[in-house]
Amino acid sequence: MTVLTTTFNEQRSSLAVLRFDESNHFYDIANFGFFVYLMTDFVLFSGLFAVYAVLHNNTAGGPTGSTLFNLHNVLTETLLLLTSSFTCGLSILSLRHRNKHKVLIYLAITFILGALFLILELSEFKHLINTGNSWRRSGFLSSFFVLVSTHGLHILIGLIWMIVMFIRILKRGLSRASVRRLTLFSLFWHFLDIIWIFIFSIVYLYGALNL
Amino acid sequence: MNKMISRVYNAPTKAEGTFNGYLIGFILSLILTISAYFLTIKHSLSRNLLVVLIAVFAISQFFIQLIFFLHLFKDSKPRYRLLVFVFMICIVLILVGGSLWIMTNLNYDTSLSHEIQYMNNQGGGL
Repeated sequence: MTVLTTTFNEQRSSLAVLRFDESNHFYDIANFGFFVYLMTDFVLFSGLFAVYAVLHNNTAGGPTGSTLFNLHNVLTETLLLLTSSFTCGLSILSLRHRNKHKVLIYLAITFILGALFLILELSEFKHLINTGNSWRRSGFLSSFFVLVSTHGLHILIGLIWMIVMFIRILKRGLSRASVRRLTLFSLFWHFLDIIWIFIFSIVYLYGALNL
Repeated sequence: MNKMISRVYNAPTKAEGTFNGYLIGFILSLILTISAYFLTIKHSLSRNLLVVLIAVFAISQFFIQLIFFLHLFKDSKPRYRLLVFVFMICIVLILVGGSLWIMTNLNYDTSLSHEIQYMNNQGGGL
């Protein structure tokens, strides 16, 4: 029986086009489709970055980035998001051993780090608004708020996605569907970390240099 | 039969990275982020050099995460993901570069000194 299955499998993999390993084939398509979505999201963010780059000197007599931004806070946010991206990767690695507990633990750590990131970002926004520097203050602040909060909105969606996956894995175990969801989620989460690199460098570090 | 089941389950993760891969990506990103941060707050380098260095660090971190976290270049042939990625880069460069190019020209053409010069040439003046 084993020998028969093995040869059967080999024949199947040689017929790449007529593959009837449907799940695998579907996974490839879903993975590719999601990757294309991420690339279009890059284009969306590049539009927002272009707006920021054009408007960042239009402060209308208001404060510039170097006086507003608390770089210490921003570094903490960056490290939180980077570490959560790493633990998300570890969660994917635990899938390979089908270790449900490890997957859940790493997913929970990823969630906590992401939530801390969002809380820090919102407290930064709150501080800016309370000191009279909301998006109404200048073109620079409008473009700043749109760019950074669009990223924050993506993070929020990621957090909700994580809660849903956590409950599903807890209830139904590592089914094929949840394995696929988790893989797609990891792409999404790494993508958000990549966007943050550019926000960190262009908005905050260049802002501190008064570029 | 067991082999078949494990194949189906392993399929989604077979192309993903290893623990060492994730660790290397994480540590390299950490080093680049922290060094960019400290170079900026210390102000020990000239401003132009700093601007270039921050850009270089950001772009290298971009590629490090693409390689170690998104496994972009581990595609099996045909490399459709890479194709979409390259196309995205082209669009982004046109969009951002084009916007900046047009807007700086616009600022130049409507700057005050330019307007005064134009008016003087027309025989008017302020």
